[in-house]
Amino acid sequence: MKRHELAKHLKQVNHSVTKIDAMQLALGKDSYVADFLPKDALVIKMLWSPHAHARIKKMDVSRAEKMPGVKCVLWHGNVPRIVHCTAGQGYPEPSPYDTFMFDNKVRFVGDRVAAVAAETEEQALAALEAIKVEYEVLKPVFTLDEAMAPGAPVIHDEPEAHVPIPITYEPKKNLVAHVACEAGSFKKGMAEADFTFDQTYETPYAQHCPIEPYTSMAQITPAGRILITTSTQVPFHCRRIVARTLGIPVQKIRVVKPRIGGGFGCKQEILLEDVTAMMALRTGRPCLWRFDREETFRTGRTRHPFHIRLRAGVKKDGTITAIGLECINNTGAYGGHGLTVVSCSGGKTLPLYHCDNILFDGKSYYTNLPVGGAYRGFGATQAFFAIESLMDHMAEAIGMDPLKFRQINHIRPGEGSPIFQALGEGREGLPMTVGSNALGECIVQGAEAAGWEKRQDWRKKTGRYRRGIGMCCLMQGSSIPDIDMGAATIKINEDGSFNLNVGATDLGTGSDTVLAQIAAEELETTTDKMIVYSSDTDMTPFDVGAYASSTTYLSGEAVRKAAADAKRQILATGAEMLGLKPEEVHCEDAHVLNADGSKKVSYSDIANYSLYQKNQYQIIGTASHITKKSPPPFAAHFAEVEVDTLTGFVKVLNYVSTIDCGTAVNPTLCEGQTEGGTLNGISYALTEEYLFDETGKMQNASFADYHIYSMRDRPNIKAILVPSYEDTGPFGAKSVSEICINGPAPAIGNAIYNATGARLNEFPFTPEKVLKAIKAVKK
Amino acid sequence: MKTNTCSVSLSINGEKKTFATRPDEKLLDLLRREGYKGTKYGCGQGTCGACTVIMDGRAVYACLLYAMQAEGRKVRTIESMGTYDKPAPIQQELVAAGAVQCGYCIPGIIMSATALMEAEKDISDETAKEYMDGNLCRCTGYEKIWVALRRTIDRAAAEPKKKASAKGGKK
Repeated sequence: MKRHELAKHLKQVNHSVTKIDAMQLALGKDSYVADFLPKDALVIKMLWSPHAHARIKKMDVSRAEKMPGVKCVLWHGNVPRIVHCTAGQGYPEPSPYDTFMFDNKVRFVGDRVAAVAAETEEQALAALEAIKVEYEVLKPVFTLDEAMAPGAPVIHDEPEAHVPIPITYEPKKNLVAHVACEAGSFKKGMAEADFTFDQTYETPYAQHCPIEPYTSMAQITPAGRILITTSTQVPFHCRRIVARTLGIPVQKIRVVKPRIGGGFGCKQEILLEDVTAMMALRTGRPCLWRFDREETFRTGRTRHPFHIRLRAGVKKDGTITAIGLECINNTGAYGGHGLTVVSCSGGKTLPLYHCDNILFDGKSYYTNLPVGGAYRGFGATQAFFAIESLMDHMAEAIGMDPLKFRQINHIRPGEGSPIFQALGEGREGLPMTVGSNALGECIVQGAEAAGWEKRQDWRKKTGRYRRGIGMCCLMQGSSIPDIDMGAATIKINEDGSFNLNVGATDLGTGSDTVLAQIAAEELETTTDKMIVYSSDTDMTPFDVGAYASSTTYLSGEAVRKAAADAKRQILATGAEMLGLKPEEVHCEDAHVLNADGSKKVSYSDIANYSLYQKNQYQIIGTASHITKKSPPPFAAHFAEVEVDTLTGFVKVLNYVSTIDCGTAVNPTLCEGQTEGGTLNGISYALTEEYLFDETGKMQNASFADYHIYSMRDRPNIKAILVPSYEDTGPFGAKSVSEICINGPAPAIGNAIYNATGARLNEFPFTPEKVLKAIKAVKK
Repeated sequence: MKTNTCSVSLSINGEKKTFATRPDEKLLDLLRREGYKGTKYGCGQGTCGACTVIMDGRAVYACLLYAMQAEGRKVRTIESMGTYDKPAPIQQELVAAGAVQCGYCIPGIIMSATALMEAEKDISDETAKEYMDGNLCRCTGYEKIWVALRRTIDRAAAEPKKKASAKGGKK
């Protein structure tokens, strides 16, 4: 059997089992945070800063406190001043502690000033208007150049600002992070090249736009603890960070994650829960805080805009002699994820192609603009735009088909990269060689589906509407090695069903289903026997949460190990019932049986025996998992576009999104991740951007003005799953969800070039930009 | 406060109901507080479609309408569409196609699709897209939703023919 066919014999994994919560959601049953709102809940509203950078000189909330229906007002004068980090990362975080529940300084338009909890939304809004604030307006910092300039205004001048681990952090220079590495000699590599390149690229702000906005609710339980029900990707980090911010023990807090209406990274941030918890503590009442859409755009987390300088050298035969990638991200007013996003812009991209001389330099700077955070792709998205644009550029210079240029240079199975070790997340990474890798096959299958062979040089094209095809290759990772941990517990019930309790967080991806399939496969039963309960800090084991493409690979292996633990117990009890030794029996089809099947006993009988009849005990398996590797999924994307050379409008005609995610645990769900991430990437490449006025206020905070793709906009997208088998993952699986968003910007950019000869180093590819670039083309 | 209260009478999912409301209360807020929580808040700006309900046969945004604008009207919400034992065809198809990821947009998608199928005959792809354009989904890329919708439409197109011929027979 070929390696990539290893998953073919599986009975639960590698099958498109129906997503276990799909019908509940399609029927509109109570599922999301706001659906569980008690009748007596208070509504929280926030007064947001109208200034990008200002000190609060005076503040008077006394009138607001006396307004009808108002139960509590929180502001910097009446809450603990505890410095913390809102990024939901492992502990201690590789991010600065630069945030307070409320501060006497505001750092962007949309920063917190004061919160009101009232009986109704109208009363809360009226009270906000009664809060008097006197600001001393400070000079704002809006661009990276302004942030880096000597003598620039210091955005975080508070003495408490620090990072909890030994990494570069110089708030007096607005520098959030700096990470650099060199493999080989970049200088030497450039000297060896026949052609050298030096290009700069800009990538825009973007918002995740989950249809469920940020929503959080807190209430005091009869036992006096705080129950936080919240739309989060990181329930355990949420508990830890809220405990710190309020100055109370972790023991006092329970965080429950119900169904989540999408996250894509923006809910990897503790952005509401400290305030809802504090309001519940102060009032004794359930409190709900839900961002409206405008708040989600202005105050919610965003994708870091990047300024990228990319230098490279190539020989005529296609050997890449040097790559120098310099990335600077604008992290906005607070620095969570600043370092890790910029680290991943190198760590998750540079290993893709063979090159002996690699230089990476990544910096992150504060500005007085909206705050960057985790967003699907996490730095790789931004860097791949530059790298994959330059790959086409290099191929053209040496007269090679850009597809072939990638084919001869991409990393092969069994190969490593110095970058894996050089760039971790907040510390050095681990040395790693690539195990599974079907990128070669992804390129072949994608090229065929996209009709690559009919591609023609742009110089042969005429007329108003010109078509072009572009491609790119991609990689990502699967979890953060040696840092991320996931755990699971599984126990049997009388009817042979199982409770699978996992810390892993399903934010709408279908991970509960995927984990149930993995457990069912290991236990030799069916997925419908699994009752999955995920992410409740009181009831489930720990898991870092849903980020870094970790759930299937990392939490999935924890589930497999827990199921194997339960299976050992099932075999022992089954053998005891059959009067055989454990090594004489095996599991099959929810039974324990001997080799010829003449003696067998069902899981239901085993459960009843073990719970009620003899030598009673609970069959329960539990396991934790960490990884030593972060195996990259690979992808090749192909875009065919039509450019209207009169208006600059770009229409995507066809898009092919291949992916090697190892074993597709649930092929339909893998396709869904790939199609959804790809369309999000297309929308990001063509239309999404933040427009600011001169005060730093985002001007287009609605779906009317910030366009995300609708069903009518959607081009044909063909997702192709190309199997491989990752030995270190559960049943050969690695990650799937993030990688697909990285492709559209470079693939479409390359397609626009192939259609018109116009090379854009900045997106979204709006008609104005495209038209300007077309006009600059000289044949 | 009292001077601001008033009432609205409407039919919800076939039941006649009267609720106390205020002139400035949105239909979405009234529905959710009265337990019709399958209708979702997504933007409050009439742009995402998560709050879509059917009013007198037309798909409308409940976040834009005042509750009092529903006076005397027939409103249908996701709660009327199906049950675990008897899901509507569109619900069956969405689940079968793998079109439900986070699921937050799905009730609105179902209501728009229902309005489409009840209002139009011989539904072309273009007409279907027109009706569904106001329902945003960020998870799926619409691929599986589209497959499910097309299958439901085609299923319905096959069935009414039988009904139509039965009706024809009666005439």
